[in-house]
Amino acid sequence: MQASITNTATRYGWAMIVLHWLIGIIFIGQFVLGFVMVRIESQRTAFELIQLHKSFGFLLLGLIILRIAWRFGNAAPALPASVGALERRTAPLAHLALYAFQLALPLSGWALVSVSTLEIPSMPFNLFVMPNLPLAESDAAESFWAAAHWYLAYAGIALVALHVAAAFRHHFWLRDTVLTRMITASSKDRAE
Amino acid sequence: MYARILGLAAAAACLAMPVFAAVALSDAAGSYTISPSGSSIRFTIGKAGGGGFDGAFGRFKGTIRIDNGDVGRSKVDLTIYPESVGTGQGRIDAFLRSDAVFDAANSPEIRFRSTSVNRTSDTTALVTGQLTARGKTFPEKFTAELGGLKAGTIKFRVTGKVLRSRYGMDVGTPLYSNVVDFDMTLTGKRG
Repeated sequence: MQASITNTATRYGWAMIVLHWLIGIIFIGQFVLGFVMVRIESQRTAFELIQLHKSFGFLLLGLIILRIAWRFGNAAPALPASVGALERRTAPLAHLALYAFQLALPLSGWALVSVSTLEIPSMPFNLFVMPNLPLAESDAAESFWAAAHWYLAYAGIALVALHVAAAFRHHFWLRDTVLTRMITASSKDRAE
Repeated sequence: MYARILGLAAAAACLAMPVFAAVALSDAAGSYTISPSGSSIRFTIGKAGGGGFDGAFGRFKGTIRIDNGDVGRSKVDLTIYPESVGTGQGRIDAFLRSDAVFDAANSPEIRFRSTSVNRTSDTTALVTGQLTARGKTFPEKFTAELGGLKAGTIKFRVTGKVLRSRYGMDVGTPLYSNVVDFDMTLTGKRG
């Protein structure tokens, strides 16, 4: 039995793979949605897209907390032998930064809606009311968190682009299992 | 002696009567123009998780006509200019004026035309009429309570609930309630 839910010494388990792609797709989708919603002309559509962005943001936060918890209880597989010494040291830092951005983005968004003087409630997918963070509301705080969320989004998406480029480099240039082991938990492919 | 006691009792009963019952309808009858000073049109919309947001319309005009013989034939006409909406938060005002809510540029007026007035007590009446906003017209009911009448000035407190979704203003539900609570003070000056 090669495929498992949990990670093994050389392979990612299905739980980590599903969380990785789900979070990756929502993260990139959120960037696109965020970019569009602040530029769209129709105020009504903008309002609705912002509420959707908030809904996915809270979903993302939940998934990321689950992912971090899973990761703490379940060490990532070792890097394949093909990975060089420099990358062996920098890759964990890049991954740590990716985790930090995944956490910081929804949290800064939550802070933004919490301090906003518009006082728009948060209701993820119209299911329940999400309370605000205990932060003081003011125009200055709103501007600060809006800027923080904006910078984090652009830095985060740049890091994702670097991450994607690195995955392609591993797959097409180094021809190792770094990308494929995040696609399937089964190990009947390239040598590890 | 017995007659005097009876007389006192009658006087006491008169004093205990509601103030406005003493106002003869013929005194109130007439046409009134709603005066912006002394009048206000406020509304509240409840929010998910508690609280709500309040707003008011700064500009409106209208007339109140109280029929001499038959209160039921009285009429109320009210025109509100949604451009004048104010909530104390400029960004929300701009949102309300935009085509997301009032579309004030294309629908500059919200109109209410009463169709019937039913007296419900000495000082209250149920006013039914047609409310038109954003090109849509529906019947609505408001409760009017006489607040005062003196020297050609009549004052009513008018309250009622309107479902905004019917007028193409459902944006933000269920975050913000579909029910808009109106609380108006309308002061009319005779003439």
